[in-house]
Amino acid sequence: MATVSMTVNGRAVSAEVDSRTLLVQLLREHLRLTGTHVGCDTSQCGACVVHVDGLAAKSCTLLALQCDGANVVTIEGLANGAKLHPMQEAFREHHGLQCGFCTPGMIMQAIDIANRHGIPDETTIRHELEGNICRCTGYHNIVKAIGAGAQAMAGLKQAAE
Amino acid sequence: MYTFTYHRPTSIRGVAKLLETDEAKLLAGGQTLLPTMKQRLAAPKNIVDLGAIDDLKGIERKGRKVVIGAMTRHIDVQNSPVVKEAIPALAALAGGIGDPAVRNRGTIGGSIANNDPSADYPSACLALGATIHTNKRKIDAADFFTGLFTTALDDGEVITKVTFPMPARAAYAKFPNPASRYALVGVFVAKRGRDIRVVVTGAGNGGVFRWTAAEEALAKRFAAKSLDGVATPSANLISDIHGSAEYRSHLIGVMTRRAVDAA
Amino acid sequence: MNPTGIGAAVRRKEDHRFITGAGQYTDDINRLGQAYAYFLRSPHAHATIKGIDLREAKNVKGVLGIYTGDDLAADKVGGLICGWMIHSKDGSPMKAGPHPALAQGKVRYVGDHVAVVIAETLTIARDAAEKIKVDYQVLPAVVDTASAQSSKVLVHDVAPRNTIYEWELGDRKATDAAFAHAKHVTKLDIVNNRLVPNAMEPRAAVGDYDSGQDAFTLWTTSQNPHVARLVLSAFIGIAPEHKLRVIAPDVGGGFGSKIFVYAEETVCVWAAKKVKRPVKWVADRTEAFLSDAHGRDHVTHAELAMDERGKILGLRVKTIANLGAYMSTFSSSVPTYLYATLLSGQYDIPAIHASVDTVYTNTAPVDAYRGAGRPEATYVVERLVECAAREMGIDPADFRKRNFVKKFPHQTPVIMMYDAGDYRASLEKAMEVADVKGFGKRKREAARRGMLRGMGYSTYIEACGIAPSAAVGSLGAGVGLWESAEVRVNPVGTVEILTGSHSHGQGHETTFAQLVSERLGIPIDNVSIVHGDTDKVQFGMGTYGSRSGAVGMSAIVKALDKIEAKARKVASHLLEAAEADIEFKNGEFRVKGTDKKIDFTSVALGAYTAHKIPTSEMEPGLKEGAFYDPTNFTFPAGCHICEVEIDPETGVTRVVGYTAVDDFGVIVNPMIVEGQVHGGIAQGIGQALTEGTVYNADGQLVTASYMDYAMPRADNLPFFQLGFTETRCPSNPLGIKGCGEAGAIAAPAAVMNAITDALGTEAVPMPAAPLAVWKAARASAGTRQAAE
Repeated sequence: MATVSMTVNGRAVSAEVDSRTLLVQLLREHLRLTGTHVGCDTSQCGACVVHVDGLAAKSCTLLALQCDGANVVTIEGLANGAKLHPMQEAFREHHGLQCGFCTPGMIMQAIDIANRHGIPDETTIRHELEGNICRCTGYHNIVKAIGAGAQAMAGLKQAAE
Repeated sequence: MYTFTYHRPTSIRGVAKLLETDEAKLLAGGQTLLPTMKQRLAAPKNIVDLGAIDDLKGIERKGRKVVIGAMTRHIDVQNSPVVKEAIPALAALAGGIGDPAVRNRGTIGGSIANNDPSADYPSACLALGATIHTNKRKIDAADFFTGLFTTALDDGEVITKVTFPMPARAAYAKFPNPASRYALVGVFVAKRGRDIRVVVTGAGNGGVFRWTAAEEALAKRFAAKSLDGVATPSANLISDIHGSAEYRSHLIGVMTRRAVDAA
Repeated sequence: MNPTGIGAAVRRKEDHRFITGAGQYTDDINRLGQAYAYFLRSPHAHATIKGIDLREAKNVKGVLGIYTGDDLAADKVGGLICGWMIHSKDGSPMKAGPHPALAQGKVRYVGDHVAVVIAETLTIARDAAEKIKVDYQVLPAVVDTASAQSSKVLVHDVAPRNTIYEWELGDRKATDAAFAHAKHVTKLDIVNNRLVPNAMEPRAAVGDYDSGQDAFTLWTTSQNPHVARLVLSAFIGIAPEHKLRVIAPDVGGGFGSKIFVYAEETVCVWAAKKVKRPVKWVADRTEAFLSDAHGRDHVTHAELAMDERGKILGLRVKTIANLGAYMSTFSSSVPTYLYATLLSGQYDIPAIHASVDTVYTNTAPVDAYRGAGRPEATYVVERLVECAAREMGIDPADFRKRNFVKKFPHQTPVIMMYDAGDYRASLEKAMEVADVKGFGKRKREAARRGMLRGMGYSTYIEACGIAPSAAVGSLGAGVGLWESAEVRVNPVGTVEILTGSHSHGQGHETTFAQLVSERLGIPIDNVSIVHGDTDKVQFGMGTYGSRSGAVGMSAIVKALDKIEAKARKVASHLLEAAEADIEFKNGEFRVKGTDKKIDFTSVALGAYTAHKIPTSEMEPGLKEGAFYDPTNFTFPAGCHICEVEIDPETGVTRVVGYTAVDDFGVIVNPMIVEGQVHGGIAQGIGQALTEGTVYNADGQLVTASYMDYAMPRADNLPFFQLGFTETRCPSNPLGIKGCGEAGAIAAPAAVMNAITDALGTEAVPMPAAPLAVWKAARASAGTRQAAE
């Protein structure tokens, strides 16, 4: 067992973990942040995407110990109190989710896409979603939601500047 | 996963020392190793994480060469102004590896050391005539990739950086496996002076290889048309449910033409 | 229009928890003292188990129990069942082999359950499982659908020739006569590829046992928790129903695969009592590939007879359907009554004969997957029709129009009585949306880029809203297929709807609340939908077959009728007026022709205070229940048009246009309905283009992960163009037909008709993955050149 410390959703946390513990297990089992999901074993479905030091990462493909000292943000850390993140709002407004299982990973990936591309076009969004699988929506409304969410994020950024 | 001891050294020297221990395995980006361990297909006793060694990260231009640290992530190569200007084909290749979340973690050193027959980077190394630097020596890419998942690396040897000479023209064309999105066939074409390389990944049972007949044809004139009538490689090709050897052989021709057109 | 009523695109009430990570899926349930189950699965497709040595495994520290089929048998735990009896044409009942939850003496597919290890942690359980020594005598396997009946290998001794039943429907003589008079006969051999459902949430179960109450609780990923409880109680014998609570919390997609009762939840709930600890199991994706019930897997020869003008005279279909190694919960019904009854399509076909043989193989069980039987039927009919039109030189749209059913009700030769529809309207609207007129220009433009462009239609029909109980009972169903609802009005006028339907992505918490908001004139936020818990909800048959709108909501309507009737009585007392003079509109009870009124909330309060109602004549309170049994199936139908571009050099097919015009009857929430169509289309395009399940000759599943099973991803799909036509469903109070499966039913034929159009050959298999299309493009290059 080893001690791992990191910031999760702005809060300093530390835990005693087995070396095999994956980041997603730390989040779900130790911290009870069950919004991050596991949908495959081959790092392809993206249900487990969180942000590590500002970048989207598959939390099923990271050891918790690798993240010692890291800043981790999960789906639970996006909203500011009752105020939803614009990407969360966009997914609801555009019906970008059905069963909700892939949704946390999708939203975390979507924010990463917007962070890197500003306001991406349809082709870019579809290409950037290569690592996130949804079985319910046919991606139609997810692509729309990400476009709208990115636009809202850009608007907020501009307003802040 | 089977149990292991986790190490996070902060120097190359520390890494080398740890590699002397029992069944140690280097952890770079972990995007291949960790899934393999999760499926209990690998059982290293010691995991040596390279993530804390800052010396292994970074990209710089040295004259007509681009030097990329082994722990540089795919996303950093993809977005690097240096790479984009000097070898845009390499930046584009990095931007097509895996998916964004994988590119945010996966590293060039990890990819090269693993030498997966469907990986993208080995083709670039071989085509561009890269030099792989380790803590012990420099290895020419031509001598580095020795076979399926095997390289010239000795026990205790760690890749520190990769040096890519700048080509006059280069491009990478990849045909992704419809399921995994790894290269079913990927062709990296590079022209540097009179040296022309056509390197194929994803298709060979023995890993990445050069298609010399195409190189010779392109040496006469660097145009897709020069490949007309040149028989595509057909020996020792991978055959699976997504691509028969015959199909892969055909795709080598198609992807090579497309790469030449794009170069 | 009520902004939160029927027809409004209300944003989903359930979304807040999902977008904030606050959903509660089965794997999010953690019980105090919970232990973990790991299933040791067969690595062989077919083997006799000569012995199992558990000694070393049991000594692993942290192991709480290891059980095999013998332990289940000793506790008299029954096998898994198939709940729909099908009789062969000779009158004999289907030949169902035993299906123990843990193998007894034999394993029959890779992934079959050999033993369960329960331990303090999953890692310990898995470590211990590796120490179990199973002595297998490996047997040859039978894998292939078409040749299973002639195989020397027998999966179950009770089923000679691996044949479960040989069933038929329709009039063979009349059909033969129709073919005898035909001027043209189109023949096709069709394989409907096996699919793995792949709900993104893997199956999971948490079993718990309360020794004080002698009662079990099972949290599980189910589309129908009451059915699961019924099966686990009455057939498998875990506990009587009043001692077993089944909870299906948030469920991350089902698509049919979570209808069934599987070995894992059976074992988890049983083992909770054995180890005296809650027991959790969560499938990893590979386990899901190996052991979730798969879908489709038909091999069919079909023939269509026409007169000289292209009028269809008869249809003859012979299908072999692979049901895998065991019969799953409803597997027998899928290739029979959910399939052959739809073979008339949207067409007036005087004579149809279908024969279906089902076979056992050493592969995972096959059962209902989105559409269940209807996609297979649509694929047969729509490929045949398209081919027939091409062969006869008739425009495929005109060919369809000539043969459409135009008068309703229409009795087909295969049981179904179509009640309403306008097939020409949806075809014409789809042609307009898809700009069929401009196709030639687009094709020529594509040709200049070296691309082959093709267009294909699919005018599909489905039977949903399953189903009238007496009808399905007469066809062999072991259950009735009604639905129930309870409406609880609270004293403050808020409303809880308890429904037997189950939402696993469909948005019932919103659409069902829209119905209540409209009917009672109350804010949608004052309505909550309760489902998925056998301790809360009276009973229910669950969600599948696009039935929750047509059947589930109809039950709510019935209960709301009763609520309104009683509330009217209460209001008449509160307003001191005659009941006949009370009108109810927009949430207000008003005395006709006066300004005397009272709102719904005050009536609710009046019903509970009971100060002003004569309790000798009527009971206080405001709560009503209803069971609704449909009087007919519903018949959603429509026209999908797909346009593809094929790169003949690589075989890559890109869907460049996809239009769907559907008639779902009345639409409750267009936003949600469109979402259902999108998802269905994606699964249908997935079947056509990317998803193939491959077992090798030894019965090993080659496509057991996303590395080899090609799930459709965002860049495989375009935006879809949707449109609607509406003919009201006459058989239920809301006029709803159902929308959940249409896309998956229609799309494969539309895509394959487009691909075969582009290539100029009918010989293209599904999935039309690049390798297959490249081969077909090469083989047909000469034909295309000749055509130019």
